[in-house]
Amino acid sequence: MSNQDLIGKAGLPERLYLTVKQHIGTEGQLQVAVGDQVLKGQALTRSTNLFSLPIHAPTSGQITAIGPHVSAHPSGMAELTVEITPDGQDRWHSLTPLPDYQQLPKIKIIEAICDAGIAGMGGAGFPTHIKVSPKKDVEFLIINGAECEPYITADDRLMREHAWQIRQGIDVLCHLLNPGHVLIAIEDNKPQAIQAMQVACQENPDYIVCPIPTKYPAGGEKQLIQVLTGREVPHGRLPIDVGVIMQNVGTCFAVADAIFTGKPLIQRVVTLTGEAMQRPSNVWALLGTPVNHLLAQAGYQAQRQNTPRLIMGGPMMGFSLVSDQVPVVKSTNCILAPTDQEMILPEEEQACIRCSACADACPVSLLPQQLYWHSKAKELDKAQDYHLFDCIECGACAYVCPSQIPLVHYYRVAKAQVRQQEEEKQKADKARDRFEARKERLEQEKTERELKHQQAAEARRQAMASKETQASSNAAAALDRAKQRQALDQPASDSGSNDRVAAAIARAKARKEAQAAEGNTVAPAEQPPEQNKQDKVAAAIARAKAKKAAQAAENTQASDNAPAETDKQAKVAAAVARAKAKKAAQAAEKTETSDSTPAETDKQAKVAAAVARAKAKKAAQAAEKTATSDSAPAETDKQAKVAAAVARAKARKAAQEASTDNQSDTPAEAKEKPVKAPRAPRKVNKTATDNAKAETDDPKAQRIAAAIEQAKARKVQKDQAAKPTDEEPGIAMAPEVTIDEDKKQRVAAAIAKAKARKAKQNAQSSAANQQENTEE
Amino acid sequence: MSLRLASSPHQHQQRSTAQLMRLVCYCALPGFALQCWFFGWGSLIQFAIAAVFALGIEAAILEIRKKDFERALADGSALLTALLLAICIPPLTPWWITAIGAFFAIGISKQLYGGLGFNLFNPAMVAYVTLLVSFPVAMTSWMPPVALAEQGYDFFDALRVIFTGFTADGYSLSQLRMGADGFTMATPLDSVKTDIGLGLTLQEATSKVQFADGFGIGWLWINLAYLTGGLLLLKLRAIKWQIPVSMLGAILLVGGVIHLASPDLFTSPWFHLLSGGTMLGAFFIATDPVSASTTDKGRLIFGAGIGVLVIVIRTWGGYPDAIAFAVVLMNMTVPLIDYYTRPRTYGYQSRGKKR
Repeated sequence: MSNQDLIGKAGLPERLYLTVKQHIGTEGQLQVAVGDQVLKGQALTRSTNLFSLPIHAPTSGQITAIGPHVSAHPSGMAELTVEITPDGQDRWHSLTPLPDYQQLPKIKIIEAICDAGIAGMGGAGFPTHIKVSPKKDVEFLIINGAECEPYITADDRLMREHAWQIRQGIDVLCHLLNPGHVLIAIEDNKPQAIQAMQVACQENPDYIVCPIPTKYPAGGEKQLIQVLTGREVPHGRLPIDVGVIMQNVGTCFAVADAIFTGKPLIQRVVTLTGEAMQRPSNVWALLGTPVNHLLAQAGYQAQRQNTPRLIMGGPMMGFSLVSDQVPVVKSTNCILAPTDQEMILPEEEQACIRCSACADACPVSLLPQQLYWHSKAKELDKAQDYHLFDCIECGACAYVCPSQIPLVHYYRVAKAQVRQQEEEKQKADKARDRFEARKERLEQEKTERELKHQQAAEARRQAMASKETQASSNAAAALDRAKQRQALDQPASDSGSNDRVAAAIARAKARKEAQAAEGNTVAPAEQPPEQNKQDKVAAAIARAKAKKAAQAAENTQASDNAPAETDKQAKVAAAVARAKAKKAAQAAEKTETSDSTPAETDKQAKVAAAVARAKAKKAAQAAEKTATSDSAPAETDKQAKVAAAVARAKARKAAQEASTDNQSDTPAEAKEKPVKAPRAPRKVNKTATDNAKAETDDPKAQRIAAAIEQAKARKVQKDQAAKPTDEEPGIAMAPEVTIDEDKKQRVAAAIAKAKARKAKQNAQSSAANQQENTEE
Repeated sequence: MSLRLASSPHQHQQRSTAQLMRLVCYCALPGFALQCWFFGWGSLIQFAIAAVFALGIEAAILEIRKKDFERALADGSALLTALLLAICIPPLTPWWITAIGAFFAIGISKQLYGGLGFNLFNPAMVAYVTLLVSFPVAMTSWMPPVALAEQGYDFFDALRVIFTGFTADGYSLSQLRMGADGFTMATPLDSVKTDIGLGLTLQEATSKVQFADGFGIGWLWINLAYLTGGLLLLKLRAIKWQIPVSMLGAILLVGGVIHLASPDLFTSPWFHLLSGGTMLGAFFIATDPVSASTTDKGRLIFGAGIGVLVIVIRTWGGYPDAIAFAVVLMNMTVPLIDYYTRPRTYGYQSRGKKR
């Protein structure tokens, strides 16, 4: 037996192989490089990840390699490993013990445990610092002194020899967890360990040493909880969910080490056993010690094994090693080298005779043979229905199976298949989602395209119809207005058909002039410099007009038969007009800056420009509103829409004609500009001028004045829009003063713009309406 | 150094399927020996015939299925089937009937279903039922106890009768079956059933000479021997207690109730327990792991079902004994029973439900 002697020292191997990841969770980042000298206990990795633990140099020496090395894993796959060549001096890194841990905040202690790299020493290797910071109350702290499996005596020896330090570790854990009860579970075949722990804990009556029956797998976490508390950890939950935290005695020992001496986890007790070893024993092995070094210590005789095999862990759950170069890791509790007689090699599996010995042996009351049938037949859903994933792989079923069926192996394969399937399913789901999103997008695009086509077709049809009928009064009115204006403005022009373009031009002009006018209000008298300015502005306007006309012509030409594009044209025209206006305004500003008192005028000019822009816009909106209210009572909505469409169509036509005319007419128009669009009420102007006069020096007042002016303008505009024909004669009498003219122009422009806008909106809404109708 | 890789666990219990089968055979031996003692050498010869045919047929079919028959034969399951069949059929049944039985047991009910572990029904019982239905006369021609027979017969007589139909002295099977009083003897169960059917009371029916010990000469002891063997199996953990206990319990309960209700018409439950193939059935046949229920609760239901059916068929059915029918009928219900008696897995509140 391996538990007869004291725990020996495994000694320094030639090389240490420290797998970077030795626990469940994520690995840290390497802090060292090849060639570095490290001291005993120096951290080799570091990470801020919660589930990450550092590893430490188990002795002082040099890092001779960092690279893949065979790992302590059933697959034997190569993992990132730090190779240390010990220098034999065993020099310690500086240590920071926390003997007065009770005075420290708990987080400090947990941090110390984490920094010491402590992971569950029982076998699973779960980071201890996470286990000792639960979010729920702990009713039972169970210290697991039951060996995981037969053959292993590491915990037995540790309890016998280091019961005191284990108790210190329990003290620390109690301080952290504040549990209701502390139970120390030891199998009843370890009387000496029980006694040692009882002695060590006699000062503290809260620590209860509980001998438990020796029945594999009593050392399993869930089984031990059931044996001690009668509680079962619900499926898919953790022990803390039933108020239990379990820690291995080895972990308690390591915690005590970390807190009271500051030593990180760099060594552990490993049981070396099996009949192929001459001196079965327990040793303190540095983490990273390759197995062959330990075998040499225990007098392993390969010739005793006909079939060489080494098992890391116990006979029930341990895994066979692919090589004797595998290093000891934090969860390595046993190296087993059995002879062939000791552990007879499994024979070929025979048919299952449904004896259900496996079901009787199963510690979690599964039906292993049903699982076996379904796993073998790859009926994974049924296997899961029989709780495949509740299998703890203890091996009890395979142990008792008279037909030598490697049941656990079947379950492992089935579990792997299920996981693989789930992964594939997730992938497939993602792919499907992507595909569906794409399909949806394409379809949406298609319907949008179709809708556009439909709208275009509808508009075209309407345009055709309207040409023939020319019915709506609104349209007629609009037309009349345009005509009248045109007639008024330039009797020479053949009709009001180039109304739109003209209007736009007028608007732009008006704006510019208005700005100029605002500028004038600062220095209201009509002095020569001002007139100069005006002249300049006029010139700019003329240039702009020419440009705009050209553009309008282009647009019209481009959009011969697509009514939808008339909207665009309107927009472009508007944009152009706005751009011009801005430009003109800037020009005006410049002139002003050079001419009059710079400080005030500049600001004022800007304000004026803004005001003018806003006015224009508002006026346009108002015009729209009025127009809408105009048409509403007269006809039904539909009619109105039709009318609007008709108007729009006409406008387009007019624009087209205009474009042809305008190209030649532009210069003439430019000259005629000041006389054109004479439609603004005098009153507004006067008031505005007065206001401006009164409070020239106050920009705020100026702004207010502008607002008032704007409101007035709007009002007038409304009136005008409501009764355009009536007012027109009156307005026509207005043009006497240039300033007045400007204003009028501005208003006229606004009206024109509004019309264009309205026509556009109407067209849109009618198109939308038509679509609704078709849908209905 | 190349190391051998294996999946855990690395250690195994040493009892194999073959050992289990052999253990069952050994435990049946006391009963079988007593049967030969009371009813002559015939049963032993039948066992030899059944074994030869069973193994031969199994080997042939496995060969056809391209499987390793040597290993399969070594598992002892065919031998056990042959033994159970030999125990059940009358000692001097013609050899070919036994051969047909063996074929049905191994060929039809076992290998056609996929071999060991896949058979829904107990092979020996399927064979016995087939023979009983096909050859009712031959299968009910049980021998009188040797002590009561007019004509004793030795091993060679038995051999001759089985293979030729006549002894060396020219006696036929029916002559050998004559009792001392010149009447053909039926088994106690058969006799009681027939007599009660004829309108006799139970007391009158059991006043015949063969009921000298109250249960029918020989049958009591044979049943006690099988009981002993069964208890041994239990002790050696080759079988579990649920099936025998629930089956015998059901027989006792149902038999007791009807006996108390009408003592003149229904035999006592003790008679049911210790006559015919009850003990053999309870410990050696119903416990066949392959065709029985596999859960603890399921086994209780399965055994109780057999017990009830045994009483029902024995009392109201057309056949004197009922173990075979009861077992085969209950075999059919096993998948259902198993499905509904799944144990509660650790961490679950009840079957399938999360805790």
